[in-house]
Amino acid sequence: MARKVSNRRRVIMSIIAWVMAFLIFFPILWTIILSFKTEGDAIRAPLQVLTSGWTLESYHTVFERSNYFRHFMNSVVISFGSVFLALVIAIPAAWAMAFVPGKRTKDVLMWMLSTKMMPAVGVLVPIYLMFRDWGLLDTRIGLIIVLCLMNLPIVIWMLFTYFKEIPNDILEAARMDGATLGSEIIYVLTPMAIPGIASTLLLNVILAWNEAFWTLNLTAAKAAPLTAFIAAYSSPEGLFYAKLSAASTLAIAPILILGWFSQKQLVRGLTFGAVK
Amino acid sequence: MGQIELKGVTKRFGDVEVIPPLDLMIDEGEFVVFVGPSGCGKSTLLRLIAGLEDVSGGHIEIDGADATDLPPAKRSLAMVFQSYALYPHMSVRKNIAFPLKMAKIDPAVAKEKVENAARVLNLGDYLERRPGQLSGGQRQRVAIGRAIVREPAAFLFDEPLSNLDAALRVNMRLEISELHQKLKTTMVYVTHDQVEAMTMADKIVVLRAGHIEQVGSPLELYRSPRNLFVAGFIGSPKMNFIEGAEAAKHDAHTIGIRPEHTLVSATEGRWKGKVTVSEHLGSDTFLHVETEHGLINVRGDGEVSLHAGDTAYLSPDESQLHRFDAQGMAI
Repeated sequence: MARKVSNRRRVIMSIIAWVMAFLIFFPILWTIILSFKTEGDAIRAPLQVLTSGWTLESYHTVFERSNYFRHFMNSVVISFGSVFLALVIAIPAAWAMAFVPGKRTKDVLMWMLSTKMMPAVGVLVPIYLMFRDWGLLDTRIGLIIVLCLMNLPIVIWMLFTYFKEIPNDILEAARMDGATLGSEIIYVLTPMAIPGIASTLLLNVILAWNEAFWTLNLTAAKAAPLTAFIAAYSSPEGLFYAKLSAASTLAIAPILILGWFSQKQLVRGLTFGAVK
Repeated sequence: MGQIELKGVTKRFGDVEVIPPLDLMIDEGEFVVFVGPSGCGKSTLLRLIAGLEDVSGGHIEIDGADATDLPPAKRSLAMVFQSYALYPHMSVRKNIAFPLKMAKIDPAVAKEKVENAARVLNLGDYLERRPGQLSGGQRQRVAIGRAIVREPAAFLFDEPLSNLDAALRVNMRLEISELHQKLKTTMVYVTHDQVEAMTMADKIVVLRAGHIEQVGSPLELYRSPRNLFVAGFIGSPKMNFIEGAEAAKHDAHTIGIRPEHTLVSATEGRWKGKVTVSEHLGSDTFLHVETEHGLINVRGDGEVSLHAGDTAYLSPDESQLHRFDAQGMAI
């Protein structure tokens, strides 16, 4: 039976939802506003910030001082590269867990997820030393590997949830039709799971794009992505608010646009399996 | 081509033995139906033959060669699933062609085979559609088409008609029987519906808890059931069983009489009873009669003018009585 909701209650709930959405979005909005102000205006009281004049000065300075496109390309290569690598590893892993589960499959999945609960700084020193010895510091491939490993548990979990929804009969039919394990994954499982793989890819690209801890600690100049580009404009004194905001806006704009256009896919990906 | 032999095949899931050692011979070109109640192991047995489950013991031979450890694709068998199991992202044409693609058959030859199969199954107009755009019956035909193109040694059907409505089920039943007559390939068919079993099979295998209760032609099982279970399972409505003094008169622990072998009259007969429910179908009349020997179901030819509450007299056809001992075995 449908639950009855009074109009008053509906209005109140809508207002609360809008306020919460605004609060969540506010830091981004404020960053965008500050990026169009002079350094002087940016540090004024909020009301004065809003009433002061608008300028593209900070953007000019940021483009003059740093190579935005190099950082942007690094971000693209690192985030997409790490997620593609993770998918190559995760698809067979999730296949095994979803269709040939063993007694300990659930435990293995939980263990994988538990690694995400460990603070990254706990393994910073050993990873840094390994990267130094293997010549991976400040390289795109180094960051692709480390971000792939960081996101792998989430990628496997998401794909596992998707694969669980695919009827086993279809894979058995493929086996009867003469498909080898490889053909079964390539011709049957993967095309059927494309919506799930797409949303896994999107979400993890966003996570990798926004990742700052490893990108800041393992890069210096050559492989530095947009997170390092933002960090270059932060200073302890906080004197460069406008430039920092311009850099941040430039860094988040691509992923914000990607997120906006793929929000349907993302919501579906995050809520998949919640209802049949 | 298409002889399947099971030798001492067993299946265990953990400590539970779902198929105790079982021997069965399926001859070339035969239409064999595995029938039994839910959970009797009939689908498991089919999956063991298909290679989708590993046997826990024993051997499976296909055309005289040991196939026990062969993967499903190497057994030269094709299977039609209850859920159709079509590839939803592929067109009907690609679905049917998939096994040929896996076998690396020349595309021109594959195309011809797909079109032949589509013609046989009346799917010619639907080749470019996706499974989601087809009705249940059409989907099942695509699944059969996918099986046909492989030209397998035997077809395995796992309750293929369960998801169809009653009218379509009758049509598809006929189509599968016709297909068998046309192809003359061995078919192993699993169902819980004994009408399907009786109408389609050359040989029925009645299973209970993984055991084979009886193997025989439909009429053999109908006329000479080996035990109470087969007697009760084969035939619709099911056989009436009577114990006690009435059975003792026939030197049996239990006697069985089918509803269609019991005469019903409003005036005279051997057992007197009261009609509790009457079902008038025009062609037949089904009466449920409460007698001193318990509830007895009767089928009368055409219209029988007896209704709930009326007194009825029943007379079993003595030549059609089945006698069973205390262990439930036929005497």
